[in-house]
Amino acid sequence: MVSLQDMDDLLNAHPFFAGLGPKHLDELAGCARNERFDAGDYIFHEGGMADRFYILRHGQVAVEVKVPHKGSVVLETLHEDDTLGWSWLVPPHHWTFDARAVSLVRAISLDGVCLREKMETDHELGFHLMARFVPVMGERLRAARLQMLDLYAPPA
Amino acid sequence: MDTAPGADLAARLTQTAAAARVPASMTALDPMRPRPFRIERWQRDLSDTFTIDLAPLEGSPLTFRPGQFNMLYIHGAGEVPISISGDPERPERLIHTTRAVGQVTNAMKALRVGDVIGVRGPFGTPWPVEAADGHDVVIVAGGIGLAPLRPLIHAVLARRGRLGNVVLLYGARTPEDILYRKQVSAWRGRFDMTVHVTVDRATGRWSGPVGMVTKLIARGGFDARDTAAYVCGPEIMMRHVAQALLDRGVAAERLFLSMERNMKCAIGFCGHCQWGPDFVCKDGPVFRYDRVATRLAQSEV
Amino acid sequence: MTGEAHQHSGMTNGAAPGLVCLTDDGLAALFAVLREAGCEVIGPTVRDGAIVLAPLTSVDDLPRGWRDRQDAGHYRLAPGTGPARFAHAVPAQGWKRFVHPPEARLWTARRDSDGDLSIEGPEAPPAPRAFLGVRPCDLAALGVLDGVFADPGAAHHDPAYALRRRDALVIAVSCGKPAASCFCAAMGTGPAAGDTGADVALTELVEGDRAVYLARAGSPAGAALLEAVPHTPATDDHHTARRAQADAAAAAQVRALPEAASRILADATEHAHWADVAARCLACGSCTLSCPTCFCATVEDSTSLDGATATRTRRWSSCFTEVFSYIHGGAVREERGARYRQWITHKLSSWHAQFGTSGCVGCGRCITWCPVGIDITAEVAALAADRPIRNRRAPARLRPQHTGPRRRKDDPPA
Repeated sequence: MVSLQDMDDLLNAHPFFAGLGPKHLDELAGCARNERFDAGDYIFHEGGMADRFYILRHGQVAVEVKVPHKGSVVLETLHEDDTLGWSWLVPPHHWTFDARAVSLVRAISLDGVCLREKMETDHELGFHLMARFVPVMGERLRAARLQMLDLYAPPA
Repeated sequence: MDTAPGADLAARLTQTAAAARVPASMTALDPMRPRPFRIERWQRDLSDTFTIDLAPLEGSPLTFRPGQFNMLYIHGAGEVPISISGDPERPERLIHTTRAVGQVTNAMKALRVGDVIGVRGPFGTPWPVEAADGHDVVIVAGGIGLAPLRPLIHAVLARRGRLGNVVLLYGARTPEDILYRKQVSAWRGRFDMTVHVTVDRATGRWSGPVGMVTKLIARGGFDARDTAAYVCGPEIMMRHVAQALLDRGVAAERLFLSMERNMKCAIGFCGHCQWGPDFVCKDGPVFRYDRVATRLAQSEV
Repeated sequence: MTGEAHQHSGMTNGAAPGLVCLTDDGLAALFAVLREAGCEVIGPTVRDGAIVLAPLTSVDDLPRGWRDRQDAGHYRLAPGTGPARFAHAVPAQGWKRFVHPPEARLWTARRDSDGDLSIEGPEAPPAPRAFLGVRPCDLAALGVLDGVFADPGAAHHDPAYALRRRDALVIAVSCGKPAASCFCAAMGTGPAAGDTGADVALTELVEGDRAVYLARAGSPAGAALLEAVPHTPATDDHHTARRAQADAAAAAQVRALPEAASRILADATEHAHWADVAARCLACGSCTLSCPTCFCATVEDSTSLDGATATRTRRWSSCFTEVFSYIHGGAVREERGARYRQWITHKLSSWHAQFGTSGCVGCGRCITWCPVGIDITAEVAALAADRPIRNRRAPARLRPQHTGPRRRKDDPPA
């Protein structure tokens, strides 16, 4: 287990939280903990309670969906410095896909229940988190739309 | 002089205003006439993609620069523009990688070693390799777009000493659609080059990245403000990759892409490949991004 | 030939700067000299209700007395009794077909029993020809085509074009009776034949019941030709009448393109007006076929039944067809509006970037021969008048807007 100060430094050094003041970093560090997943471990499952999100520090995570007769289909993979999970922000807070560690994964998780409470009372913190999640969601949406086009498919 | 005034007059009548502008050199070469080349090697790369190595029946090999293309004539089928995919320092092996998508390319797919085809070229603007000197290099390929970039990768590795980091980002449809798989693996094994490959759809035992090639750009490995970028793939992919590179700080003047249009002549005579003020055949196919950014965003130009 | 003519033609270095006068007989003599020298003479003649360009056997084939009337989507020919042979405006076709034929064999490939290919070059160029009656706009069009196919500074040249061009003696004739569709004055290509480009520049004047031809040589070939036919020096009255004809022909023109046409088109890529044109345009390609500078061509292969011999033929094509921009998966320009935009933008704007000149010479054929009367000058005016729109799809207008001259109500019915 790392100390609160170490966690503060970890978060401070991460690009996702760049620009946050010490007060807000302290608040986040209070909700954060280190996580480790071995290759093959599921980080969360579709439909489960989305009570946290992850900042990946090392390794590769596959976001998957189970398709009848096809097994698990990987929709995208996430890597070092990517954030994993935004369902904690959106009621009713259920995961929409599975997340599986493809390799050894080290991550920081932030407790969504704890964060939601803090965002409720500290709207400034709420704004800063939203301002960081919306571009991530936008980027994922853009990538998903391009993927949907199947650009490299043989011409019809 | 007085003996044959008629002949003299006929001779003088050939001294037309236009004749003064048509030197003999202008009529000596016929740029529409192919040279016969023999297929020395035929190799299937993917289910619909294959590579042929060509050698001229007579005469010297055809020298080219990375990014240039040839018009390949298949007897009885027609002629298509195909980019050259070989090493520019080994012109004796004239290599083309082709995807069978139409009548001519399907006829080409049915050819075998020993068959003879017609070649005209090389045509078009090359990838400006020297623009990368002193900078990092990012090469972004999508699908079959790796084929026109392979000569560039050869050229980049040939002048490796003058360059900073070298990064190849390659997006394929599925793991089975990864072109030049052995060579990509070999490049990935080099210590002086970073290679990331992603697929749109994971199949089989693929455990690598899944997602658009644009996402690989975020993984870095190069100093965006000091980078020359070369992009080839479907037009939509190139637009989004260019935007992602610009967003990271790559200069539009050091960003290059390669366009594809219908071509019947490759020398600016047939008019088919026009794209705004440019003929893709002679002003392209390689364009500097800042010159074409506006057009790239406009539909049906 | 008379000694007097020699004196007055002022020969130096084979070029004759002086203006001389030919009578009807002089013109006939000129024709005879060309024929004796082995030239096929091509010029305007009446055929199928129009003045077309075709091989002529004598000056009698020229459209003596005939007048044409041309306007948007309109062409009518009327017989007359006057002595003038060049009282028409532009013929139905330009000279493009004689230097860049609608169909030409590029080569023939033969596969022998070993599978080897041998490829034989194009058909031999035609015998020397004389182009008689080239209008100044059409002379300018030949210069524009030279820029495409035979630019000395370019990396590639079309040898078949260059040979046809080299071996054609060009006799230009100033235009005295422009049609309503004409706008050469605005394009700076006419109506008077200039001193350069042509081997001989003629001006036809009517003096009572006869026509006379003022001639000036523009090349050694032109000088040789004029030397070989009877002529007299042009008089001061001739000079005056020649200038008056040019001034009147310029003043008679009702259409024009603005000098800023290139910029207007370059700025109009996104414009509501394209949808308006698309609602009228049939994408038939008449404009590109009748245009004297439209050079686009496709290639077609035909293979013998046993597969041993394949012939590659070049044929005119048009940017108005869907296949023109086809790449695997579909056409780049599926919308008709996009195809019209490509044509007019190339003609008036991109051409400058590509070849250093406008692709339009103001002959007006695209206006005359458009079956629905789309008028290049009116479209440019509409594009200039309306503000371009950006970042949104152009909505189709309910009614077309016309700002240029329209077909007259008193035109005879078809």
